[in-house]
Amino acid sequence: MGDALIRAADGISLEIPRGEFLAILGASGSGKSTLLNLLAGLDRPTSGAIFADGHDLAKMSGEELAHHRSHTVGMVFQAFHLLPRMTLEENVELPLRLAEVPRSERPARVGEALDRVLLGPRRGHRPSELSGGEQQRAAIARALVNRPTILLADEPTGNLDSRTGEEILRLIEEIHRPGGGAPAVTVIVVTHERALAERYADRIVTMSDGRISGEERPR
Amino acid sequence: MKLGDLCELAARNLRESLLRNSLTTLGIAVGVASLVAMLSLGIGLQQLAMRRLERTGLFDSVMVRPRQLGGPNGGARQRFGIVTTQPEAVRPLDEDARQQIAKLPGVLEVYSPVRFNAEADLVSAGVPAAPATSGATAPSGAVPEAVPGAPRRMTAISGLPNSDSTNDAFDGMQGRFFSSQQAQEVILSNDLGQSLADDAKIQPSALIGRTLTLRFPQRQARPASAADTTQTGSQPPSGAENPTELALGFTIVPAEKQFTIIGVIVSGQPGAGPGGFEGSGAYIPLEVAQQLDPIQGSDLRDVMGEAAAAHGGKRYANLTVRTDGTSAVAAVEASIKQMGYQTFSLLDVTRNLQRVFAVFDMFLGIFGSLALAVASLGIINTLVMAILERRREIGVLKALGAADRDVRTLFFVEAAAMGFLGGALGVALGWSIGRVINAGTTFYLHRQGLPSENIWSVPWWLVLAAMGFSVLVSLAAGTYPASRAARLDPVEALRYE
Repeated sequence: MGDALIRAADGISLEIPRGEFLAILGASGSGKSTLLNLLAGLDRPTSGAIFADGHDLAKMSGEELAHHRSHTVGMVFQAFHLLPRMTLEENVELPLRLAEVPRSERPARVGEALDRVLLGPRRGHRPSELSGGEQQRAAIARALVNRPTILLADEPTGNLDSRTGEEILRLIEEIHRPGGGAPAVTVIVVTHERALAERYADRIVTMSDGRISGEERPR
Repeated sequence: MKLGDLCELAARNLRESLLRNSLTTLGIAVGVASLVAMLSLGIGLQQLAMRRLERTGLFDSVMVRPRQLGGPNGGARQRFGIVTTQPEAVRPLDEDARQQIAKLPGVLEVYSPVRFNAEADLVSAGVPAAPATSGATAPSGAVPEAVPGAPRRMTAISGLPNSDSTNDAFDGMQGRFFSSQQAQEVILSNDLGQSLADDAKIQPSALIGRTLTLRFPQRQARPASAADTTQTGSQPPSGAENPTELALGFTIVPAEKQFTIIGVIVSGQPGAGPGGFEGSGAYIPLEVAQQLDPIQGSDLRDVMGEAAAAHGGKRYANLTVRTDGTSAVAAVEASIKQMGYQTFSLLDVTRNLQRVFAVFDMFLGIFGSLALAVASLGIINTLVMAILERRREIGVLKALGAADRDVRTLFFVEAAAMGFLGGALGVALGWSIGRVINAGTTFYLHRQGLPSENIWSVPWWLVLAAMGFSVLVSLAAGTYPASRAARLDPVEALRYE
């Protein structure tokens, strides 16, 4: 708290093509999570513009931003952020409630999302009954259930051991390229694990002091 | 988010902090119970007062008279106190009119009140009463033996219809009400009963079963031709044929009648319609009184030139219309006025009384609402605590697509649910308190030797209004927490540990 103005993300110009797997690397406080929040519509830029599907997020109303978060993007967090009082099924159903998806469609959509992350048999379990990796998979299922075109992941492996982190990124890679002729999902992952980023991302953007300090294409 | 989903989430949230939410709901329940208790007492007292007034027979009655002075349809006009009679089109208050009024919706009965003066003497014990024959009067010469040394008492006699049996003046009466409208029975007022008992040196209750002789001036119709006159069962008029009497169509003869005393009123006086405020010394069945055809004050009209015979039928000076409740009085009055008659009722008095009780209820409601106001602070506290506890959950909801409106509505639904449950519980609690107080009042009244009274009333509209008010207060209390939750920055909320 204070009067000093911190520019968490400043002078960023970044274009992300549809279907790209982008990894944002950077040290703590470099502004990568802020950039992700701006892309998610959770935060608003003080100046500039952010276009998603041709719509400027900076000029959207609160309702429009909520619609963007509900229908266009799916979010995965480092701390999973599953609601502990709900079962996996109920957690995954939550975005469907918010998007006002008819009740009759929900069980199939929830089942599909949980099966995709291999948690179908655990649908009645509460988050506390699951391992960290399973919780993150459940969070991914929740992010996917509304069939977003953009998947945003903020340090998805941050709370996981390296093997589980690898599994999660492999899962995200599968979601990115679903196969069977389905369109690729745009994935933007914030991480500090360069090795994983180099293995799975189409492009890596490095941030420092709120600015993009580097860009590379590992593949 | 759809309302059904919001309600499900709200119910889940309320179940999570069961103890705290239950205590908050209980606080609301106590507030609503206080409100219901206060208002029920006010309504109960109002209904008690109205019930007592209605049972006097004064407030559900309309007095009807022919339109006479300055009416819109012409007739006699009054200017500077001078009444000038003109050829008029005043509708007579005759039997046709009586039957027409009796057919109006809400009308129970229409009758011509009978009130006359008579001498009342108690027949000595042991003297058999003269055989009571309906409609027959004894010649005044055959006076049964009165109580020795007792003064002759002039008193007012009123005829009462059967509907007066519910009049609260008869509550606690010694004896009973008339067995029928043809019964030769009399009920004594407290004053007359006491006087007669003192004369006979007995208790008033010992008068029941004794015989009372009434001597009164009787109106006797005269045929148009004196040659056709036949007198049966009555003393013939004395003196020569009087041209004035012939013109009037009736003569006045002394008559007497014996009645069996069946009751003595302990306290109060039955109001015999708007014309009977003063109360009478004794009461006989209305139909018997009409058959006696006694001379009444209204007969002066006939003497002044409006003889019934001249108009070719029976006319009433006034009629009393008994309705099936005070609510029917206004409509009945309006209908009768449209028929061309003057009306009078005490409805305005009840209206003023209702106004007084409305103010009384308002004050009781304000005091009752104070507890609810305190309970609303509990709702604010509970929901603010919920925001702190569910800060990250709110952030997650917003990240998943919840709009500010959804979060606000969620908190409002939770507040409304607590208000609704608290309201329902409070109404039940208030009703229970009322039952207890009513039972206590009944017990106290019984110990005082008084009949039990229902001073408590919880009408259905009060139940709905109390629950609605509870929900409204809860929603108002939820406004601040809901708005605060809706404004929560999702990024900050997601960081919250």
